[in-house]
Amino acid sequence: MRSARVLTGLALASVAAMALSSCSGGGASSESEDIELRMTVWTSNEDHLALFDSIAEAYMEEHPEVTDITFDPLPFEDYTSTVTTQIAGGSAPDLAWILENAAPDFVDSGALLPLDETLEADPDYGFDDLSESATALWHDDSGALVAYPFSTSPFVMFANDDLLAEAGLPSAAEMQANDDWNWEGVSEAGAAVHEATGKAGFVIRDFDYTTWDNLASVWMGWGAAPWSEDGTQCTFDAPEMVDAFEFLHDAAFDAQSMPGPGTTADFFAGESAFTVTQISRASLLDGSFAWNLLPLPEGPVGEYSMVGQAGIGVMSSGEHADAAADFLAFFTNPENSQQLAQYFPPPRVSQLNVETLAATNPTLTPEQIEDVVIPGIEIGVTRPSHTDSAEIGQEVRSSLDALWVADADIPGTLADTCTAIDPLLG
Amino acid sequence: MAITTTTPGRAQARPGVAPAPPRRRLVPSYRARDALAGYLFVAPQVLGIGLFVLLPLGLIFWYSFHEWNVLAGTFRWVGLENFEKLVADPKLAPVLQATAVFSIGLVVCNLALALLLAVLLNRKVRGMTAFRTIFFSPVVVSLVAWTIVWSFLMQDNGGINGLLQLVGIDGPNWLREGPTAMASVIVVQVFKNVGLNMVLFLAALQGVPQEIQEAARMDGASDRQLFWRITVPLISPTILLTSIITIVGSLQVFAQIAVLTQGGPGISTTVLVYYLVQQAFDFHHFGYGSTLAILLFGIVLVLTIAQWQLRRRWVFYEN
Repeated sequence: MRSARVLTGLALASVAAMALSSCSGGGASSESEDIELRMTVWTSNEDHLALFDSIAEAYMEEHPEVTDITFDPLPFEDYTSTVTTQIAGGSAPDLAWILENAAPDFVDSGALLPLDETLEADPDYGFDDLSESATALWHDDSGALVAYPFSTSPFVMFANDDLLAEAGLPSAAEMQANDDWNWEGVSEAGAAVHEATGKAGFVIRDFDYTTWDNLASVWMGWGAAPWSEDGTQCTFDAPEMVDAFEFLHDAAFDAQSMPGPGTTADFFAGESAFTVTQISRASLLDGSFAWNLLPLPEGPVGEYSMVGQAGIGVMSSGEHADAAADFLAFFTNPENSQQLAQYFPPPRVSQLNVETLAATNPTLTPEQIEDVVIPGIEIGVTRPSHTDSAEIGQEVRSSLDALWVADADIPGTLADTCTAIDPLLG
Repeated sequence: MAITTTTPGRAQARPGVAPAPPRRRLVPSYRARDALAGYLFVAPQVLGIGLFVLLPLGLIFWYSFHEWNVLAGTFRWVGLENFEKLVADPKLAPVLQATAVFSIGLVVCNLALALLLAVLLNRKVRGMTAFRTIFFSPVVVSLVAWTIVWSFLMQDNGGINGLLQLVGIDGPNWLREGPTAMASVIVVQVFKNVGLNMVLFLAALQGVPQEIQEAARMDGASDRQLFWRITVPLISPTILLTSIITIVGSLQVFAQIAVLTQGGPGISTTVLVYYLVQQAFDFHHFGYGSTLAILLFGIVLVLTIAQWQLRRRWVFYEN
């Protein structure tokens, strides 16, 4: 019996050792010269990934010590939490795309490697060509650049001219020429389209009554912001924000110019007259209706623009952080930045011109790029961001739920929103 | 008094003669091999539980005494701070209330509907197998796919309100209004899993001896008395089993909430597991998330022990 116990113990120990060794992961040894890099991204577009792969292959030809570069697509909805879970689990990526709303958390934590030295080392890189406004979000406390803003994409308004004509309304370009290109005019046209065709008026794409920060593309027209510039004071209850939300509430529940909660309408399937989204969505247009691209309608404060940003950072805790930074310098050099520009508006001043963007964006006309895209980037304000953005975002979402009912107390709900997030802003 | 002991089965050493060295048996005995085989058979399960249940459980307790900032890479001992935060958390009471409403609603509706379906389908009528298959089929459908389909049906301009409009009823915005949101999540989950409990009840009903039912009928029992006094006591072990499975499952609901309501409107459908995942993985409060996991573990443990203890009062075992 004793021998059985010994044998059993040995067997169990062997199985446990095997299991533990298999669970402990097989990361490349630090002594190994074979470097494998992984970059997490939120696109699964085959054309995007093919372009990334071609740039990576060119880099590996010049750097034989790097044997593999993987682009790891993660679902957009859970992107940030998936990356942080990977970091917590000890399998952090070497490089990661970072959304602008998570930027303060990543930048302030010291999780990202400063890039200035690597990017400035190559005189042909053109470090000074990076736009100051594009990089503003990505500097740490010491002023070092810790992520490259590879995409600075303006929010614009797409219009379905066929639907407008069906409702007997002027086209979007005619509205603009008639000085009706403002939110009141868009809401009136949207209500008329809904009345005449049963289709939706204007849609703030991806808002869905949950992703509230997309509403910034509207409230910026009223000069409103969710918090003060230094991020310490909630301004949801400011008069201009109340006015902006009164406009939105009226559009959803009274004028019926915007689909109400729980109702979906896809502009690119021809289900709405207008939609606010980023220019990259132009790839969804299939030519089934006449469309136009215009800047965001004017609000009470006049013209304005909002940009969405995404950065690429190098994880400072990564085993091959220096190699990853070197690859990032190659990935974003002037030649590759021009290639990436066909999908992601670049932060390089020299490439923000009609020639570059028109050559790589066949869906858009040179006039649309000159009149909408470039000015949108130049005057664009980045979407709201703050440290602890996920927790603040959840508090705001659950507070604003009380606003999306027909008889909502708008000033009261916005005051409650401030009460909910004040402890997190301090 | 001196006590002399002997070891049975061993030869006594003769005085003046050196004892022979014990013979080492190279080939294990039949009993040893038998035991070894037994241990090897259970080893994968023991190893699995050790690695994937006991080890994470221990780590959860360890993490609950720390504040872990994943991005900054800091792991700081904070003692009972997370437990103090748990007690003072103003959201905990509404979260526990939502959890209780969901669990009670799910367990009551699921078991009642499963038993009703099982009784109805326990008849020798033509085509009954097709009905059983139809009611069981949602069990094998992907949970997320099932929930996404229901989320479309329950939209304000979705299929359910479209049907209601045909009969002149203006349906509510099911997933966006407080009172209907929780009910909607419960209904979606009931329809998803009722087939499993139905099959278990069906098997139990078919195991109820006919002679007992016939004897009761001869004694003048009505259908209702037959069901409540004979059938239910005889299938009570299955009721216990299904209630434990359903309660534990109801406390672990996550995907349905994430897809249908994201915890809203407000936090009216934020159940404990959803809140835990938010805290740990969205807000990066791994220490506090671990404390919530301990609370969930405690609740499941207490409920399971309570059910197990209460079984003596209402579960009838024939043996």
